[in-house]
Amino acid sequence: MSAAQETRLVHKASLMDQLGVERALTRMAHEIIERNRGAEQLALVGIHTRGVPIAEHLALLIERFEGTRPPLGKLDITLYRDDLTEIALQPIVKRTEIDFDVTGRRIVLVDDVFYTGRTARAALDALIDLGRPDVIQYAVLIDRGHRELPLRADYVGKNVPTSRSEVVKVRLESIDGDEGVDLLELAA
Amino acid sequence: MSAAAPPARATRKHLFDLADWTPAEVHALFATAEVMAQVLTRTIKKVPALQGYTVGLLFFEDSTRTRLSFDRAARAQSADVVTFSAGGSSLSKGESLRDTIQTIDAMQADLYVVRHPAAGAPRQLSNWTDASIVNGGDGRRAHPTQALLDAWTFIRNYRGADAGRIEGKKLAIFGDVAHSRVARSNIELWTKLGGSVTLCGPNTLVPREFAELDGVTLTGDARAAAEGAHALMALRLQKERMAAGLLPSLAEYAARFQLRSGLLELADPDALVMHPGPVNRDLEIEGALVDSERSVILKQVEAGVPVRMAVLYTLLVGKR
Repeated sequence: MSAAQETRLVHKASLMDQLGVERALTRMAHEIIERNRGAEQLALVGIHTRGVPIAEHLALLIERFEGTRPPLGKLDITLYRDDLTEIALQPIVKRTEIDFDVTGRRIVLVDDVFYTGRTARAALDALIDLGRPDVIQYAVLIDRGHRELPLRADYVGKNVPTSRSEVVKVRLESIDGDEGVDLLELAA
Repeated sequence: MSAAAPPARATRKHLFDLADWTPAEVHALFATAEVMAQVLTRTIKKVPALQGYTVGLLFFEDSTRTRLSFDRAARAQSADVVTFSAGGSSLSKGESLRDTIQTIDAMQADLYVVRHPAAGAPRQLSNWTDASIVNGGDGRRAHPTQALLDAWTFIRNYRGADAGRIEGKKLAIFGDVAHSRVARSNIELWTKLGGSVTLCGPNTLVPREFAELDGVTLTGDARAAAEGAHALMALRLQKERMAAGLLPSLAEYAARFQLRSGLLELADPDALVMHPGPVNRDLEIEGALVDSERSVILKQVEAGVPVRMAVLYTLLVGKR
C-alpha cells in the first residue's frame, strides 16, 4: 500500500489489543496440537511479512504446552502471485527460508489476514514446489471474508465481517513496536 | 495488507548499459538475484513469476553462454521464449534490421534480448517496438549483464577483509580492453559501486582515453596492475588482432601480459581470478590458474542465470 493511500485511512474500530492477540494465539496453539495429536512432524511456515512473527509466536506457545518446538520456516510468495502481469508496482522479492525438508511433514501455513485467498493459493503453490508435505493446514489471526477462491482456514484467531472499503491492520511487536488489530476505512 | 518493504515504482523499461543505473538499483537487482539463485537450488527449479510473458532472443551475432543463460532465465520463470539467430534468417537475404524486428514483433514478445555486432543497435531497435530491450552485447560498446554477473560473483565469493561489497576494491583487467564490451561495462559498474579499476595490456589494446575516467588507471606493467588487486580478470585475446598488426606475437603477449600464478602472489591474499570466457588456456591466462581454487570462472558462468532472471523480473514486472 502506498504512503498516499495510507494517509487516507481513518481508524474505525479496535478489533484486538495485545492481550486479545495473545489469547487468540494461545487457543490456536492448543487447537493445532489437538488436531495434529501433538507436535510430532509439525512445522510452522510464516508467510512474509506479518505471518513470520505470528508463526514464531505460535511455535513458542506450542513449545510451552508440548515441550517440543516445531521447526519454523519463512515463505515469500511474490514469484507465485497471480497478478504479476497486471500490477503497476513491482513487489520486492524476499528470501524463502525453509531449512527442513517439507516432505512428510504436517505443515501449518501462517498469515495475519485471510481475505481474497489469493495469497493462500500462491503460498500453497510455493510450498508444494519445495516438496510433498503430508498435510498442509492454514492458520490466520483474522479472517475478514470476501473470498475469491474456494479456500478456508483451519485455525482462526477472530472472524471479522468487513466491507471491501475497510482495511484490517495487524500490528506486531517485532515489526510495528506494539501489538493489536485495527479496523480502518478509506476516507471518501 | 502486509508489505514491510514498499513495492517499487518500476521505472526501468530497458537495459542498454549501466550508465544511468544508481548503485541502489544495482544492489536491489543483486538482492533479487539471490532469491533467484535459491530457486535454482530446489528440486523444482521453476517459478510462475513471468507466466504469460514472452521473451524474444535476437542474436545477430554468435553466442553460447549469453543466449543459453537468458533462455534458461526466462523459462525458469515460466516465460515463453522465441529465438532468432541471424545465421538462418532472412537477414542473410538482405532484409533490414527494421523489417526484421517488425516481423519478429508479430510474435508479440514483451522483451527482447538483443546481441548485435553494431554498437547502439539495441537502442535503435527500441524505437521500432513497444517491448523492453535488454542489451546482450552490442559491438565493443556494452555487455551490461556480464558486468552485473561479474560484480555479483565477486560480492558473493570474495572472503577477504570488508567482504560483500565492491567499494574500496581494486579490479585489475588484463588484455584486449580496446575491443572488449565486457571491459567497458565492468569499468562502468565497478567504479559506479565505489571500486577502482586498473587496465593492463599493450598500448595498442588499451586506449589512452580510459585514463580520463574516474577511478581508472592504466599500466603496461602486469606486476603493478596485480599489486593489491582484489580481483584479477583476463580478457579473451582474439587471435585476429595479431593479424591486424596490433600484436607482435602471441608468445610475446603471453610473456608480458598473461594472468599467471606469479602475479597472484602480489595481489590481495584473498584475490579472485576471473574471466568472462571463453578461455584461451595458456594465452591470456595460465591454464593451471583457470582450475585453481582462487578461480571463480565457472561461478561466473553459473551466475549468468540468476542475474539474468533478476534482470528479466526487474524490467517486466510492475509495468501495467
